[in-house]
Amino acid sequence: MNSDVVVSITDLNKSFGDNHVLRGIDLQVQRGEVVCIIGPSGSGKSTLLRCVNMLETPTAGTVVVLGRELTDIDCDLDEARAHIGMVFQQFNLFPHMTALENVCVAQRKVLKRSEDEAATIAHGLLARVGLVEKDNAYPAQLSGGQQQRVAIARALAMNPDVMLFDEATSALDPELIGEVLQVMQSLAQEGMTMLVVTHEMGFAKGVADRVVFMDGGVIIEQGPPSQVISAPVEERTRAFLSSVLNH
Amino acid sequence: MAISKRKKAQYRRITVYVLSVIALLAMVLVVDWGRLQSAMFQWDIVVEQFPDILTSAAKNTIIFTILGFAGGLSFGLLFALMRLSTIRPYRWFAATYIEIFRGIPLLVTLLILGFGIPIATGWRWPNPYLQGAVPLALVASAYMAETIRAGIEAVPKGQMEAARSLGMSYSRAMITIIIPQALRIIVPPLTNEFVLLIKDTSLISVLGVTAGTRDLARFGRDGVNHTANATPLIVAGLVYLAMTVPLTQLVAWMERREKAASR
Ligand SMILES: Nc1ncnc2c1ncn2[C@@H]1O[C@H](COP(=O)(O)OP(=O)(O)OP(=O)(O)O)[C@@H](O)[C@H]1O
Ligand SMILES: [Mg+2]
Repeated sequence: MNSDVVVSITDLNKSFGDNHVLRGIDLQVQRGEVVCIIGPSGSGKSTLLRCVNMLETPTAGTVVVLGRELTDIDCDLDEARAHIGMVFQQFNLFPHMTALENVCVAQRKVLKRSEDEAATIAHGLLARVGLVEKDNAYPAQLSGGQQQRVAIARALAMNPDVMLFDEATSALDPELIGEVLQVMQSLAQEGMTMLVVTHEMGFAKGVADRVVFMDGGVIIEQGPPSQVISAPVEERTRAFLSSVLNH
Repeated sequence: MAISKRKKAQYRRITVYVLSVIALLAMVLVVDWGRLQSAMFQWDIVVEQFPDILTSAAKNTIIFTILGFAGGLSFGLLFALMRLSTIRPYRWFAATYIEIFRGIPLLVTLLILGFGIPIATGWRWPNPYLQGAVPLALVASAYMAETIRAGIEAVPKGQMEAARSLGMSYSRAMITIIIPQALRIIVPPLTNEFVLLIKDTSLISVLGVTAGTRDLARFGRDGVNHTANATPLIVAGLVYLAMTVPLTQLVAWMERREKAASR
């Protein structure tokens, strides 16, 4: 296998009871690549992303991240997840911890870094996402955009090999979306491998190396944004894009 | 002329006040206060209760309560986690345990464990405190397990997902992320549970404990036998109130604060 493949998904299927949500997904993500996943609500985008770090257990198929087969029963998922960053639509910051503690806790408990080292890294990362002097703020004292940036810093603190974003800006007020997208864009420019579920077509167009359009649990069409977004071939892609771009 | 709704409500309120005052007056006039006091609140008997009612009886009640609470909390947490486990036999075991101990009256459990088992097996309780506190803890753990489980389930699912996505194991995430948040939710109901335990320790007196381990209720009853007067029980009741009222007020305060914070 090519060592530059970070995520490799083969014939992935996932059902919730009778609901067959993912129907044979094949997807490979190269190191440093930014892949945006778009598609209508309920098409299985979140489920796909959550299968990449096994928050959902696939019904069939394989997920390989950096040579580790996560779908193998013998795989140490805790160890594997530590290298896969995830950012959620609802931020999911730990409300009983300050911003700094949020970024430190997994460094301490999972990576076993010393308190000083973790704090130094956390402080640096918070500054990097544009949060200075917010170390001691609790999530409730931060705006949505600030919370999401703490969540990004929290994931980055683990030195992930790949970052998963599930509609990271969908829960934000319009005026706060930009600050989060900007952080994501700068991450992409620094070469982070990213798998991004988004409704932000501007971001997909400007930042993605590849856009994947999903509908009904399958990949309908994929390619560079200039193709999938600007000149889609498939009828369903065109219908979806016109519905998003027109409102 | 029709009477307005507000006027009607006003009349109704005045009627209730007047009737209450009449009832109170009737009570004051009809009841033989002198007799009541000599049977239930004789000052010299009140004085006689002290200091033993505090230094021995109330102390024992508190010891039983704390042992029962500590045991109940530890096992309650264990059973709550078992109820939430993905391993089915754990869930079944915890669910059965909880059903059984919530379904049998504490008095019966106390008698079975305190008397029944020793008689049946010849085994003796090594310590009279444990004889009362262990059954109390076993029953309390069944109630606390449900409280703790509800608290854990009230923590949003995204918290566990975020913790797991950072590479924490299930138990690490529970300890560091979930349980600290659940605690805020369950401290008021657990404090209520503590109040219930204070009162439930009074049932331990059926086990016929030694003089040194008598609880408040037993102390009061023995006092009644001793003095042929109800005063010792009244004093015991007042001592219970001195312990329970501050705690129920604390719970009320915590709930008000929680309500204000979530607004
Ligand atoms: N935990 C679950 N249990 C049962 N059904 C689920 C679960 N999670 C998702 N589904 C179902 O799977 C389907 C796909 O859901 P998914 O969240 O992956 O879609 P999505 O593409 O992310 O949609 P959206 O754009 O609204 O976020 C939906 O029909 C949803 O109801
Ligand atoms: Mg989704």
